[in-house]
Amino acid sequence: MRAFEYGNPSSVKQAISLLGSNWSEAAVFAGGTDLLSLMKDSIVTPGRLVNIKEIRELHGIREEKTGMVIGAATPLEDLYDHFSPRKILPALLTAIEGVSSYQMRSMGTAGGDLLQRPRCWYFRNGFGLLARNSKGQPLVPNGDNRYHAIFGNQGPAYFVSPSSLAPALVAFDASVRIEGPKGMREIKVAELFRIPRDAEEREHTIAPKEILTEIVIPASAHNTRSATYEVRERKFMDWPLATASVALRMEGRQVRQASVVLGQVAPTPWRAEAAEKALAGKTLDEATATSAGEAAVEGAHPLSKNGYKVQLVRVAVKRALLAAIA
Amino acid sequence: MADIKWPPAADRHLIGKRISRIDGPLKSSGRAKYAYDQNPPNMLYAKLVTSPYAHAKVTAIDTSAAESMPGVHGVYIFTPVGKEVNWEGQEVVAIAAETEELAEDAASRVKVEYEELPYLVADTDPQHAGEGRFRSLSEEKTGDPDQAFQQADATHEGMYSIPVITHCCMESHGSVAQWENGKLNVWLSTQNVSGVSGEYATPLNIPPANVNVQCQVMGGGFGSKFAADSWGVAAAVLSQKTSRPVKLMLERDTELLAAGCRPSMHAKVRVGAKRDGTLLAWDSESWGTGGMQGAGVPRLPYVIEIPNRRTHHTTVFTNIGPARAWRAPNHPQMCFLTMPALDDLAAKLNMDPLDFFIQNIALTGERADVYKEELLKAAEMMGWKQKWHPRGDKTPGPIKRGVGLSIHTWGGAGHASNCRCTIHPDGSVQVALGSQDLGTGTRTVIGIVAAETLGLPLEGVQVEIGDNKYPPDGASGGSTTVGGVSSSTRVASTNALNELFAKVAPSLGTTPDKLEAVGGQIRVIGDPSKSMPWKQACAKLGATPIVAMGERNSTLISSGVGGAQMAEVSVDIETGVVRMEKMVAVQDCGLVIDLKTAESQVYGACIMGTCYALHEEKIMDQQTGTCLNANMEFYKLSGLDDIGEIAVHMMTDPAIENRGVIGLGEPPVVSPGAAISNAVANAIGVRVPELPMTPNRVLEALGKGGKV
Repeated sequence: MRAFEYGNPSSVKQAISLLGSNWSEAAVFAGGTDLLSLMKDSIVTPGRLVNIKEIRELHGIREEKTGMVIGAATPLEDLYDHFSPRKILPALLTAIEGVSSYQMRSMGTAGGDLLQRPRCWYFRNGFGLLARNSKGQPLVPNGDNRYHAIFGNQGPAYFVSPSSLAPALVAFDASVRIEGPKGMREIKVAELFRIPRDAEEREHTIAPKEILTEIVIPASAHNTRSATYEVRERKFMDWPLATASVALRMEGRQVRQASVVLGQVAPTPWRAEAAEKALAGKTLDEATATSAGEAAVEGAHPLSKNGYKVQLVRVAVKRALLAAIA
Repeated sequence: MADIKWPPAADRHLIGKRISRIDGPLKSSGRAKYAYDQNPPNMLYAKLVTSPYAHAKVTAIDTSAAESMPGVHGVYIFTPVGKEVNWEGQEVVAIAAETEELAEDAASRVKVEYEELPYLVADTDPQHAGEGRFRSLSEEKTGDPDQAFQQADATHEGMYSIPVITHCCMESHGSVAQWENGKLNVWLSTQNVSGVSGEYATPLNIPPANVNVQCQVMGGGFGSKFAADSWGVAAAVLSQKTSRPVKLMLERDTELLAAGCRPSMHAKVRVGAKRDGTLLAWDSESWGTGGMQGAGVPRLPYVIEIPNRRTHHTTVFTNIGPARAWRAPNHPQMCFLTMPALDDLAAKLNMDPLDFFIQNIALTGERADVYKEELLKAAEMMGWKQKWHPRGDKTPGPIKRGVGLSIHTWGGAGHASNCRCTIHPDGSVQVALGSQDLGTGTRTVIGIVAAETLGLPLEGVQVEIGDNKYPPDGASGGSTTVGGVSSSTRVASTNALNELFAKVAPSLGTTPDKLEAVGGQIRVIGDPSKSMPWKQACAKLGATPIVAMGERNSTLISSGVGGAQMAEVSVDIETGVVRMEKMVAVQDCGLVIDLKTAESQVYGACIMGTCYALHEEKIMDQQTGTCLNANMEFYKLSGLDDIGEIAVHMMTDPAIENRGVIGLGEPPVVSPGAAISNAVANAIGVRVPELPMTPNRVLEALGKGGKV
């Protein structure tokens, strides 16, 4: 690991002043569960870490008129403790439970979950986010892409978004608040993510000199039936192979409006619009859930070794839908 | 002296009981010191520079930038300019520095230039390997397979594959080396305490006697830790050069890249039987890779000697990594190429594989009756007859359950061993051997044998191992340790006791041959009223302790074991996810010294087997020659929630115990791959031909893995 400066600000404003205008100057340091391993492997080499754990207003969960506000530095375990006894927002609760390492859950933060970097093994082994060889050719299409994207993968990005919480947050139409030198801006969680167009772009729309401060879940989320289903090879500390988070506005057994968001299958959380359309106005049962699963894979573009993920998406969507109304 | 024997069952107070390992509290409280925990004063840390290429020639090494950093004290070159590296992660340079961070920083500033050379990292068949990349190792024919296939009522042809995996020791390879006054002390994580000193002698230019090797506890070796290894020698040479202790432990990525691989094996198998299941013929075309040095020749079919058979095996030379003995070398592979093929044939004959195996049990040879008994015992523990169904669980819903079985064998004769037993005048007892405890319970077994022999409680014996200053002992490989150390300890303790008997016999008014040691007393056989407490007896030694030696004794040990395992799985046929529900392991290994640590060995083997059946593989990128999963994130092992229930039964009837002590470490890890694969086939109705049975492979076998 390269030597670095360490800043320990006590306010967001102070923290922003310590950040740089590009990623190599400084990095925001919260739980560190991802950042430190990236630094140990020299995948990122920021000159300065800006610790935000000491900033009080970034911690905790509070209710505002518009909805629930979660401080970005709140540990996942605190979220779990908040949601679990209240049995609210089950899609989010299941996603938190899916972070099956207690160490990760205790140290990892809500904001860090959204901003963690992809697990793509080419990226993590030093071939860059777009995974190219020394001649600039992409490695993923002809490489071992068993864990890579089946949507949004027409190039140049093939990795999958690793966030556990994002699919559920997108399904709830949640927002994030971002503070920068020019003040605060609020964007949808979905807009926090993008498919990078070139090697200069990151997979998040946040700028180097900005800090994700809060996550806002609109009050309307409480009026949904929701669920998350993750397909995982192991119960023990493992990334899901595919995830579906659904939030449904119901009228009796009829779906008025459906949000179906996929995780681990595209460079961003992936909204399955065809599935949402297929559900609108339908009575939700095994048959409609199955056809929604089928609709969810419309437009899938599997690579040489990840065709099985198409099947996993079908099943994850079907099972999340059935779990939401169970 | 009478012939040396094990005590009869009725007289055993410790042997064969369930006894907790004596170093358990030390380990569970974190007080046990592993090589990694040794921090002698003034110690330097060494870090490696390794090859990023699968095959390359080193053309230049520039260490000047690293060496000019304050706090960098030593450089060691493994692969000088002009030499080749043959796998990613192979060691090239080591740097020793004041701190771990500095050493790593300095290592990153070493500039190595390479000429990239052609490589092969595909675990491919010989036809696709390319010229010079394979060698036919053996072609054998027994009986008349062609004619036998014609006589067969049913034949089955299949392809079976078991990949390259690594040892993935929880404690990585490495050591702390301390050069002091012309001598070397080394704390080495090793399976070979008594045998490695010679590897240091030449590079350090000192006699082997000046090398002290210590390993009190270790976190797994599985066959990959017999040698000092190049990085062990590097630590020693750097210590000699700098006159400071040097710690060099492999990082996890290097551990997975360079510290050893289990060779792969693949086979096209054809097997034929009569309508009643009687096996007639076998034909296999097999290949596999053990890196650049090739791998062993499988004996196929495994355990079940089908009378008419033809086998051909080819080794493929690849740059995937260096092959090393992996717990039961060749056996998990041979087992996986055999048992699933037989299971598939049984399915074709609509036979319950239990009936099918028993029908053919005579083909296992002279221990056929034991195998039969083990299979029946396993069936009872599994509830096989209630759980088994023809291929494909027909119950509704996506979760399908199934059961599968396999049998295996191993040798396990005791290695050369020397034990020194000392009885002190204060009554304390030490037994010392230059052996090692890999985590298997060796230390406890030695204590049990000595205490049983001397009629003392286990706490009455101090066991000294893990240091080459003690009498030399064999390397712990091939499941040879328990036979070696138990017999030499029995002999040494008996010899010491006989000397003690000679001292105390006059006081008890008898001759030494009329004495026995039981329950902390020396007493006259048949007249318990004439006795003397142990301490009082030892006081008769005056100032001189008894020191007696013992060697391995072949009348106390034997070799050749068998075992039967059954697995029960549930498979989600919509996602391809396999869950272990239950594993049953029935195992014989002669006389069991400590039932608890023996059972623990089998539990551990079942877990290790579950890992390689369902998750483990070394994943290589063909375009760059590099390994994609040299970490614990994607080199997957099972977690506690993933292993299901494990039920172990050790065969301990008198006929088996009378064979003497036989090794156990390896055999129970042989069958899980085959048994779990057979269980999956039973559940879902089709064979997943390749391990590990990850969701992508299961869905592909089910025809659901393809494109949209």
